[in-house]
Parts: sequence; C-alpha cells; structure tokens
Amino acid sequence: MTPLLEIRDLRIEGRSDEEWHPIINGVDLTLGRGEVLGLIGESGAGKSTLGLAAMGYVRDGVRISGGSVMFDGIDLMNASTEEKRSLLGRRIAYVAQSAAASFNPAHKLIDQHVEAPVRHGVQDRGESIEDAIELYAKLRLPNPEEIGFRYPHQVSGGQLQRAMTAMAMSCRPDLIIFDEPTTALDVTTQIEVLAAIRDIVDQFGTSAIYITHDLAVVAQMADRIKVLLRGDEVETAPTREMLDAPREDYTKSLWAVRGYHRPEKPKPGPESVPILAVEGVTAAYGEQVVLNEVSFDIHPGRTVAVVGESGSGKSTTARVITGLLPPRSGVVRFEGEALPPSYRQRSKDQLRQIQMIYQMADTALNPRQSIAQIVGRPVRFYSGLKGRRLAARVDELLEQIELDPAIYRDRLPGELSGGQKQRVGIARALAAEPRLIICDEVTSALDQLVAEGILKLLARLQDELGLSYMFITHDLATVKAIADEVVVMKEGRVIEQGPKTEMFTPPHHPYTDLLLSSVPEMDPDWLDRLLAERRVEALGEAATDKM
Amino acid sequence: MSLWIWLLGALAAIAALAWIGLWAARRLSGNAPRYRDMSYGVAFGYALALAAIAAGIWLWMKPGAVYFRWAVMGFAICAVAAFLFRLAGRHLGPERLKRQFRKMPLTAAFGILVILIYAFVAIFAGWIAPHGQEAVLGAANVVPGGDPAMGGDPAFPLGTDRIGRDILSRLIYGAQNTVGLAFATTLLAFFLGGSLGLLAAVVGGWLDQVLSRGVDVLMAIPSLIFALLLLTIASVWADGARGLLTFYMVLIIAVIDSTRVFRLARSVGIGIVVMDYVEAAKLRGEGMGHLVFREILPNAMAPLLAEFGLRFCFVFLTIASLSFLGVGIQPPLADWGTMVRDLAQFINFAAFAPMVALAPLLPALAIAILTVGVNFVVDWMLHRASGLKS
Amino acid sequence: MGSVIRIVLQRLALGLLTLLIVSAVIFGAVNLLPGDFAQAVLGQSATPEAVAAIRTQLGLDQPLPVRYAQWLWDAARGDLGVSFAQANFASFTGRVDPSATVLAQIGPRFANTMFLAGVTAAIAVPLAVGLGILAALWRDTAFDKGANIATLSSISSPEFFVAYILILLFAVVNPVLPSLSNIFPGMSFGERLEKTLLPALTLTLVVTAHMMRMTRAAILNLMAQPYIEMARLKGMRPLRVIWRHALPNALAPIVNVVALNLAYLVTGVVVVEVVFVYPGIGQLFVDSVKLRDIPVVQACCLIFAAAYILLNLTADILSIISNPRLRHPK
Repeated sequence: MTPLLEIRDLRIEGRSDEEWHPIINGVDLTLGRGEVLGLIGESGAGKSTLGLAAMGYVRDGVRISGGSVMFDGIDLMNASTEEKRSLLGRRIAYVAQSAAASFNPAHKLIDQHVEAPVRHGVQDRGESIEDAIELYAKLRLPNPEEIGFRYPHQVSGGQLQRAMTAMAMSCRPDLIIFDEPTTALDVTTQIEVLAAIRDIVDQFGTSAIYITHDLAVVAQMADRIKVLLRGDEVETAPTREMLDAPREDYTKSLWAVRGYHRPEKPKPGPESVPILAVEGVTAAYGEQVVLNEVSFDIHPGRTVAVVGESGSGKSTTARVITGLLPPRSGVVRFEGEALPPSYRQRSKDQLRQIQMIYQMADTALNPRQSIAQIVGRPVRFYSGLKGRRLAARVDELLEQIELDPAIYRDRLPGELSGGQKQRVGIARALAAEPRLIICDEVTSALDQLVAEGILKLLARLQDELGLSYMFITHDLATVKAIADEVVVMKEGRVIEQGPKTEMFTPPHHPYTDLLLSSVPEMDPDWLDRLLAERRVEALGEAATDKM
Repeated sequence: MSLWIWLLGALAAIAALAWIGLWAARRLSGNAPRYRDMSYGVAFGYALALAAIAAGIWLWMKPGAVYFRWAVMGFAICAVAAFLFRLAGRHLGPERLKRQFRKMPLTAAFGILVILIYAFVAIFAGWIAPHGQEAVLGAANVVPGGDPAMGGDPAFPLGTDRIGRDILSRLIYGAQNTVGLAFATTLLAFFLGGSLGLLAAVVGGWLDQVLSRGVDVLMAIPSLIFALLLLTIASVWADGARGLLTFYMVLIIAVIDSTRVFRLARSVGIGIVVMDYVEAAKLRGEGMGHLVFREILPNAMAPLLAEFGLRFCFVFLTIASLSFLGVGIQPPLADWGTMVRDLAQFINFAAFAPMVALAPLLPALAIAILTVGVNFVVDWMLHRASGLKS
Repeated sequence: MGSVIRIVLQRLALGLLTLLIVSAVIFGAVNLLPGDFAQAVLGQSATPEAVAAIRTQLGLDQPLPVRYAQWLWDAARGDLGVSFAQANFASFTGRVDPSATVLAQIGPRFANTMFLAGVTAAIAVPLAVGLGILAALWRDTAFDKGANIATLSSISSPEFFVAYILILLFAVVNPVLPSLSNIFPGMSFGERLEKTLLPALTLTLVVTAHMMRMTRAAILNLMAQPYIEMARLKGMRPLRVIWRHALPNALAPIVNVVALNLAYLVTGVVVVEVVFVYPGIGQLFVDSVKLRDIPVVQACCLIFAAAYILLNLTADILSIISNPRLRHPK
C-alpha cells in the first residue's frame, strides 16, 4: 500500500534582507496510514516550516525551491490552488501552537468549528454542531453542550487547545499536523491536552505529524521520531528504538541533557546565618494581593529553587527581594540585617550584594552598548576601576564565562547567539562581585543543549566563588539538575519547602505531587501509567466519598 | 453625463479584455500554474495597468499635452538622477556607506539626493542667487522662459514678480528662509517635546499624569487652527514688527508640534524603561543622568530620528500653509508659501503660454519635492526598522 | 453589555470635559492680549469715551472667570457675540445690527463647509478603504509599490499645490470645471456640486492618501494574525477569509482611520477654501485672523475644535462597541 504522505528531497527557502536563505535542505519524509510521526528539533530547525509544507502551504516570504510532496497520490507541488484548497481542512488539518491567537476573536467557537465541514460540503450545519458536541465530550471538555457557544476569550488556554483539536477533527481528516500544541501550557494542563489528543487520534485512526521540541512529550505521542537540525534530517527511528539507542552524536547529546544532575550539598549547620531571609512577605499590585505570607531562607553557597506555574508569584518574590516592589508587610533580611523595602533607599553596597540574571537575554542587555561596556559598567560603578585595570577586569570576567575577550569585547549583543547573550548577562552580574544571584527562568528561553551549558557554568561559578543562587523556574528538570533546596509556590503562597532529596521522595503535599507527576518522562509508557494511576486514585476517592 | 458613460464603457472594455486575456493565457500556456492560479481580480489589475500605459502613450502623442510631457520628463529625470546618485554611492566612499547604498531603494536614494541639494542651496544661497531677495530690478511681470518674443528676458530666466523682483533668486533664498525656519522650529519642538516626553516616561507618577493630560488638551485642538488663533494674538503683540511676528510664529508652531513629539518620545521611552537592562541599571543604583543618556536615549534615537523627518515635513507644510494664507513668514523675506500666493494669478494664462503658469507652480513644487524626499527617506528608515525586528 | 455602556458613558463624559477645557484654553489665550482689548480693536486714536463704551458692552470690566462663564453660557445658547469687523464701534449706539452677530456670519458658511466636507468624505472614504485593502492584499507587488510612491507624494504636497495643479488641468487648460466656487443661496444641488467638485477633489487627493496608507497598515497587521492563517489552512476561499475572518476584526481599526482622517479634513478645509474662494467657515476664519476680529476667531476655533473632538470621540466609541471582548465579557 502506498504511504499516505511522501516527501522527497524537499528544499525550502526563506527571504530576509532581500536574499533567499535555505530553511530546509532536502528532507525526505514518509508517513503511513494511521501512523504518528514525531518531528523534533531545536528552534530554527525548520520543524514548523516542514509541517506546513506537508499541507502544501508556505508562509509569506517563504518558498519551496525543490522536491516533491505527495499526499495520497496527489502531487501537492503541482496541484492547482483550487485542488489544494479542497484538501485543506477536509483531508489535512492543522492544530496551531497558540489556540488563543488562532481562534478568531469575533466568532463563537462553534461557528468556527462548523465552517470547514459546511464549506467543504461534508455535513450541514445542524449535523456538524451535533458532531462538535460529541467531539467536545470525547476530548473531555467541561460542558460539551454549551462550551462551543462561547467566544474564544471566554475559554481557558488548555480548553481552547482541545477545542482546536476538535475543530481539526471536524471533517475526520486523514492527516493532522500538530504544531507544538502544548508548548504554551503549564505542565499540569499539558497532561490533559496530551491525553485527549492521543486518545482521539487513536480512536479515529488518524495519521499525524506531531511537532515539538520536548523529547519527553514526543515519546508519549509518536510511533516514530524524526530529528531535525538546522534544516537537515539527523536520524529517524521508531520511538522505543530511538530512546533506547540513539545512533547519531547530536541525538545522543540531546538525550544526555536530561541526565545532568548535581548532588545536593550538605545541609547547613544550625549556627549558619542565612544570607537571605524572606520573612512573612505579603505584597500586592494595587489592590490585588499577589504574595501571601511568603517565608524562606537561602544559606550561603546553596541553590534554592523557587518552583511554580505561571501566576504563582515566583517572579514577584524576586521583585520584592530586589526592592522593585516594596512589600505591604514582612521583611527581607540580608545576612541578618533588614533591607530597606525600596531599592531607592538601599546603599550602593546593599545593591551590589544581590544581582539578577534575566530570562530574556535579548531585553536584558542594552543593544546599543558593546559587551565591554555592559560588563565594565558595574565594575567601574562599584569599584571605581578605570582604564587598563578596568579592561583587564572585563577580560577576566569574560574568560570566567568562557567567552574569548579578544573576539567578543567589542561586539554588540545583536551579534551574539542566545546562549552567549545569557553568558554576558552572567558576567554583568559577576562584575558586581555579589554574594547572591537571582536567576529568573534563565534557561527557559534557550534550547536544551545551550541551557545545559549555562547550568554547568553557573554550578562551576558557585563552586569557585562561593555564590548563593535563588533559582526561579517552572521546569522541574532544571530543579532536579541543580537545586539544593526547593520552594514550591502556588497562587502567591509557599505550598511546601525542603531539601531536594526530601522533596523528590514521597509523601508530598498534593499540589507538589501533581506538579511532580505531571512532568513528562522519557518513557513511552509514562503517560499511560500516569493516567492509569490517576484513574485508580479518582476511583478510590470516589469510593471513600461514598463511605 | 457623457463623461460617466465613457468611463463606464472603458471599465467594461477593460473587464472584457482581462477576461479574454486570462482565458487566452491559460489556453496558450497549456494551463501553466502561473495563469491557472491567477484570480480574475489580478488579471483585471494587469488589464487596467495596460490601459493606463496605453492612455499615457496617447497623451504623450497628443500635441496639446505640454504639462503631461513635462511631468513625465520631470519624473524620468528624477528617477535617472536618483539612479546615478545610488550608483555613485555604491562605488565611492567608505565601505560602510557603500553597504548602505547597496540595499537602498531608488526612492530613498532620491530623498537623500534631494536633501543634500536643498541643504547646499540653503547654505550657499547668497553665492548662488544672481540677485538679492529684496532687490527690485526694474521690469515687473517678466514672463518665465527667457524668450523675449514671449515677453521674457534672458537676464531673468524665471521672470520677475509684480514689483519686479527676480523669481529665481527669490526661489533660492526661499530655501534658506522657509527650510531654515522649518528646521529651527522642528529642532525646538524636539528639544521641548523630546526631553519632557522622556522625562515623563522615566519619572512616571504625577509628573507623567500632569504632562500627559496637558498634552491631551492641546492636541484636542487641530494644530493649524490653534496656530492661527495664537498668531492672531501674536500679531497684536508684535504690533506690526514683522521680524518679531516671524519669531513668534516659530515659537508657536514649535510648542504646538512639541505635543506630538512628547507623545512619541513618551511611548518610546516607556517601551524602553520596562526593558530588563534598564531595570538592571536601576538596581545597580545608577542616577537619572546615566539612565536617560546612556540606557534610554541611544535606544530611542532610531524612532526619534524617523519622527524628526516626519515632524519636519509637517512643520514645513504648516509654515508654508500659514505663509500662503498671509500670516506666516513676513515679507520682505523671500518664502515659497508667500510666493505661491503672490504669483497665483499667472495660472490663468496657462492656456495661452504654458511657461507662464510655471511661476506659481515652481515654489509649490519646491515645497513638495523636499517633503516627498524627506518622506521617502523616513519611509525607508521605518521599513528597515520593522524588518530588523522580525 | 453593561460594561460597554459604562465605558461609552465614561468616554462621552471625558469628551465633554475636554471640550470644556479646550474652550477655556481658547478663551484664556485671547485674554493674553496685551493692554486693553478694546484699545487694540479701536486703535490708538480712539476717544476714551468710545473705549469705555465698548468695555461695558463687551463686559471687559468684569473679572476673567465671570467673563468666561458668561461667554460659555452665551455660546451654549448660540450667542457667539458681535463681529468687530462688522459692527461699527466708532459710532456705537448701543444697538447691534443683527447681521453683525458672529452667528449670522458663521451660520450659512458653516453649512457650506459641511457640504464640502460631506462631498469629500463621500468620494474619499470608499476609495481609500478599497484601495487600502487592495494594497494590503497585493503587498509588495508593483501596485503596492506604485501606490506607496503616489500616496507619499500626495501627502507630502501642500494642499495649495494640489489645488493649483487641478485648477491648471481642469479649469484652465481643459475648462471643464469652475476654478472659483462662488456659491450663493438658492442654487440647485447640481450647480452646487459642480462648483464644489474641484475643492472636494483637492481634499480627496490629500485625505485619500493618508486614509489609504493607514487602512493598508491596519489590514496588514490583521492579516498577520494566526487566525487568518488558520482560516486559510481550513481551506477557506480568499474572499471568505477576508469577509468572514478579517473584516469583523478590521472594522474597529478602519473606523478609527476614517474618523481620524475626517478630523484631519477639518484642518485641510482652511487652505482649500482660501484657494478656491469657497465661502466656508475656513475662509472666514483666515479673514478674521487677518482683521483681528477676535469674537469670530474664537467662535471658529471653538467650532473646529468641537468637530475635531467629536470625530475622535466617535472613533473611540465605535471601536469600543465593535470589540468582542468587551461586548461578550467573561
């Protein structure tokens, strides 16, 4: 039997700066009926472009320069616009990364759902609405009868993503392209969406291409995995085979990232004075209270990870510590001494002791200053060094973060890669010779390999300079890798805190448990097992309720 | 009425042409993708363009269409000049400049060329102009063209105005007066609006509130109307002193225009203040001077520079309009807006001697070409800025 | 729905407040005049008796806030004062000739200006929106680039340049339309339209260019939204994508663009009326500025500002009403 989709030697180019640059350089792809292919790679690997090309579609400023795309015997490269249009939505469907942006804000969900079946003449409006409600129920959306009659902004992100999957299913297509459908979601929401997508794809025997950068996610969803690197295929293999025995070096390095683990440092003695103590801090933006009685300590030389989903108040905690947001009540002590609430009242030395590294290296570095100026400014500001001694200190700092001063000293941030920019951010923090560094999601905007490099650098600097870190993150893999202590936050409160080893061994607080269990693992059976466990628990609870 | 029938008929003919053309192209090319996937709207567009070109050629051939031929030739000369200028820029000068010229569209090259020429003429007006701007040189109302048979005089290639001043000289001095005053006004507006806007963005709080609400009120009055109102008052203040009135005009327009600059500078400033690098500088304990001049201003320069171009055009047109209305730059200073008004009646002789009508159109054209040029450059700058972001 | 009404009422109140403050600014600005207002009107040679008579007549002996309140109250009732240029103060008798009131001066001219603006809007709005949408859809084609050059040139030209070129082409070289718009009461609609056409075309050229560029930018911004791509990927036809997915969301920005440009028209009218000697409020305004006829200047200023504020307010309110997030709150 012929495969459903067959791509041969596909080449795609994108236009920037008045020139065409290659995005995909000759990739082959074969997809059987009912098969799910996982497409993974780092940012810029060309995954989305390839996914859209499988639909015979390219975005503005992008063109297909060679190769062929055959869908069920139809040559999409040479089909007329009319022919391609009749396939889209009916036989090939698309699920986008951001459901909130991909639903039209002006129309109800159901009106957007029925559009494809009605326009393609598959069903009439009435049938299609009934079918939509059935699909909503299958995807375990709450109130399937009425949720479709809401506007997109009235529905939550995780629900919208499932509604979009339902919409893609509306004509029972042969092929669905899932383009990072869970990337924008929190881990606990991600699980529900993953499970819903997988079930419905299984049930209708739909073929799918599942695009993601998350290995653990693709392990749950795909039968086969294809790894892309800068527009080239690295390797393709069935999921279990690929997970057990990756062949290529690049794939192995991707797998190895997950293995980085730093042993927990010994607990501080009872006489140890915490370098930073947050004591009963309550803070608010205007009337809205965002932090409620938050307390925790950071001891010298240790790494404290503050974990939570978006809106949990972890970044606000950092703003209180640095003095950008004076708290309503509570104090922040540095080495036992209370810090003034606002940074404006703090002394130069107090400001120097606590430094920050930011999530987005792009906005953290002034694009108009050279690397030497960015790193040199705090040196000069705090220690008053000038001229040659300043230059020497800057070079020393650049060497510490493993950037060659001779090459990078005079460059602008725009000429650096994401990882390099993040390193410069670290150098700027080090330049102040601080005792404590607050790292705000420093690795979440980076690719996994680069992120690992940053984590290792931070660990080395801690050992060499005796720094303390407050590590804000939503990613539990990062926590496992480098934390000594963990603080779990939810809705502005500290839910649980303790040393890492204790936190990762049961029993936990129920929320910590939910958070921990929701982190996808590299085991293809993980999702099934987890769902089975949760179902058993739910049954158990229901049983205890009845008693 | 017959005009409308003609127009509709022409449109119908073009529609038919488009349909036949598309059908024929599909047939002849064996349904090549290019024609197969072309929608009827696009085909209609092509047919319309074809019809326009045909009409242009017909007009060119028509003996009476002097102005059309002049316009086409003028356009062609501008295009060639811009092309040559860009070609020169690509091969002469330092490497950095060459790289800029390589990616430049023709329109931007034209704009830069225009700005350079105007700046040159404005600065060296005293040397270039054959006569003084106020000199009354005998014969009044000499016709442009310099042909004695038509009533011209080779000594005054563009003729003289109704009290006998040389139009060419006044045009050249106009560059100095009109452009110079507009430039000074824009600088003043930028100094006022830019510094207050950035200050409002950095300090925030009540200062921002007070300044922003004040600007809201001033912006609720259309600027030309407000300028006219204030000029009325200023004319009473100046009490007949013409130099003083011109000075008041500069002040008034600068203040009114600074409100627009304030809005932009504030919003650009606020966009930069929330950046993490500014937060880092604040947390370092840096003072206001470092924040504004080192962290914020260098990053605000690109949008502010583009806005400077746009504001200059606006100020320039406002001053020209006010002068045209007789309340702007005061005589005896030569100024393009006033010249248009003074020479306007020559338009009515165009039917007999096409050259004559040029007298009032030239100063107006001089205004238009400069603003077009500046706008082209700004458009290119904005386009590049948006391209860099994405 | 309730929240929309609340926001709209808030905006209306804010608009009213702005108008009030603007009127105070206009009134206050005039009172910046040095020396005595009456003296300035009559000149240095006036007799002290005449000056005193006018002072009482104009209420200049009252304190400033009282005068402002009085002026505002009168203006609200339609009494905008007496035109200095029309009333003969030198032989002041205590009675004002009815034709010398500012209202009598402005009334018919206001109607003429509204007619001119109306004709312009009727041509310019559909033209600009249509061309703007086309330029956005055919982005980066020869049409788009040509339109970009043409609109930039049109924006850059002073109104009087466009006006004289049109006069040259359509009134002098090919005399099809009149170059002077002498409109008087009792003309038929057709005649009026014919006389108004050339000034209206001038304004159209300038306003269309602005409006078209802004429409294009608004549509481009919209077409880059993921939901438009989604509609295409569902296999919808281009016309349906525009009609069903782009247009409902484009309404707010386009309405905004139109209102902003009609507000711009308010300013453009002044120069164009002067060129064509069109008997509108703009020409009256410029004449009064030259004659220092302050009550008329004040009144014209107030009318222009009110029109401007009203149009901006309309844009604001329409874009609130068309926002689905506000219409259907959570």
